[in-house]
Amino acid sequence: MSDTFVILLVGCMVASSCALVGTFLVLRKMALLGDAISHSVLPGIAIGFLLSQSRSSLVMVVGAGALGVLTVFLVERLQRSGRLYADASIGVVFPALFAVGVILISRYASMIDLDLDCVLYGEIAYTPWDLVVVAGTTVGPRAVWVTGLTLLLNLVVIGLFFKELKLVSFDPGLCEALGFRPVRLHYLLMALVSVTVVAAFESVGAILVVAMLVVPPCVAYLLVDRLVLMLATAVASGCIAVFAGYGLARVLDGSIAGGMAVAAGGLFILAFLLSPRYGLIASWIRRRRAVGRYPAQ
Amino acid sequence: MTGAGAVPKTGLPAVEVHDLTVAYRSNPVLWDVDLKVPEGRLVAIVGPNGAGKSTLLKTILGQVRQTTGWVQVYGEPYATRRSWVGYVPQRESVDWDFPTLAQDVVTMGLYGRIGWLRRPGRRHREIALSCLERLGIGHLAGRQISQLSGGQQQRVFLARALAQDARLYLMDEPLAGVDATTEKAITVVVVHHDLQTVPEYFDHVVLLNMRLVAAGAVEEVFTAENLQQTYGGRSSILTRAAEALFASKATLKE
Repeated sequence: MSDTFVILLVGCMVASSCALVGTFLVLRKMALLGDAISHSVLPGIAIGFLLSQSRSSLVMVVGAGALGVLTVFLVERLQRSGRLYADASIGVVFPALFAVGVILISRYASMIDLDLDCVLYGEIAYTPWDLVVVAGTTVGPRAVWVTGLTLLLNLVVIGLFFKELKLVSFDPGLCEALGFRPVRLHYLLMALVSVTVVAAFESVGAILVVAMLVVPPCVAYLLVDRLVLMLATAVASGCIAVFAGYGLARVLDGSIAGGMAVAAGGLFILAFLLSPRYGLIASWIRRRRAVGRYPAQ
Repeated sequence: MTGAGAVPKTGLPAVEVHDLTVAYRSNPVLWDVDLKVPEGRLVAIVGPNGAGKSTLLKTILGQVRQTTGWVQVYGEPYATRRSWVGYVPQRESVDWDFPTLAQDVVTMGLYGRIGWLRRPGRRHREIALSCLERLGIGHLAGRQISQLSGGQQQRVFLARALAQDARLYLMDEPLAGVDATTEKAITVVVVHHDLQTVPEYFDHVVLLNMRLVAAGAVEEVFTAENLQQTYGGRSSILTRAAEALFASKATLKE
């Protein structure tokens, strides 16, 4: 596998996973919770790393997943106390957990190859060189396996629970009334977000993963009118951003992950301007036509 | 969805509420309510803003936990009677910009019958379409829900409740189209705001203001005296002014 191919493959699989869970986050008005999780999994990653002394371990994924669910739990608790607004509860919880992670890494892991910059910004350019060796044979870059399995997990869970996730996102009241357990579905989705973020963090980093979680679903939201199409469009625009971002990084000789996030932002601007129904230009034309039809007296 | 009289009567009260107190944090919203709604009636719940009308519906549905007391639907807890109950929430309770079609929303009423993990099939979509047709908006089945007017959105919710094929319907302020659901053995409990139309549309009324003021046949309990007790004896203009103020405060707080 050529290096370029591996980078684009990993990028597309990360973008697709993020777009799938991100669509539900955006529709449930929880985009910032994705942001919060992407930061607060850091202590889980650090603890997992310290316990297992390796970056490839399952312990790290489990630790991060646990911290993600803990974040959601704490945010919900604060919110339900009725003393804080939802956004303030998120703002209280995640920087605290993130800071614990920063301290853990800077104190105990800075000598080894769990580098803070790498966690924050990721380095997708190195993924082709980190190979998995099973019983003496090389079976390919580790990131391909990690992000591939994550994408598979996302496809399976969202495929199985599509109807339930749609119902709980649109009308939690009916979801509860029909006996579909909104709280459990919520935690299922949040666990999925946590795992997705962990798998993505080493390729695009904890900060830029937010761009992949939120921006492609927002592009899709502006373009289509059905949930299935929104999921597909979000995945497609995430992958377009990966290709365009890689090209951009090549031209500018800059960070690949940064290029991808900028490309995603560019796609959003295009959709915001050009969307046939909700775009700025379309509504400007509609207004002009309406004025033409009912001229001022 | 069944023909007239196809649902046999059970002989049980559709809803029975005993000694019910509900509090949000420490503020009581419902206080010591005892209520029996007989089967097969069209019931209006009326009372001023903040009287606990929506809370009463949500408690029956198990969405709000009571502090004391119990609620039964046809002699059983709600959890075992889910499939007998259809719910029409307030239109504002969901985001109508959600990317989905009118027909998909109605199909959601069938999810309980479809069960976990299975997908709705063509048969379910046909049922959904026929429910939309019964409410006179079959031609809007393929519309994205934000492209519907407020009244049409309300009808989508009613069609969804119809699809649930329930024998008890709980409705939070539907504006129109309630008559599409009425049949002999079916009970409909509606939170209603327009006092003037109560005798015209309903045969049973529940007067509520945190406590139960009165409940029974409209001709017996829908009296000036009971209404005055429910609405605190304020003149109608004062009441309206107070309610407008209440509403504006509620908006400000959000």
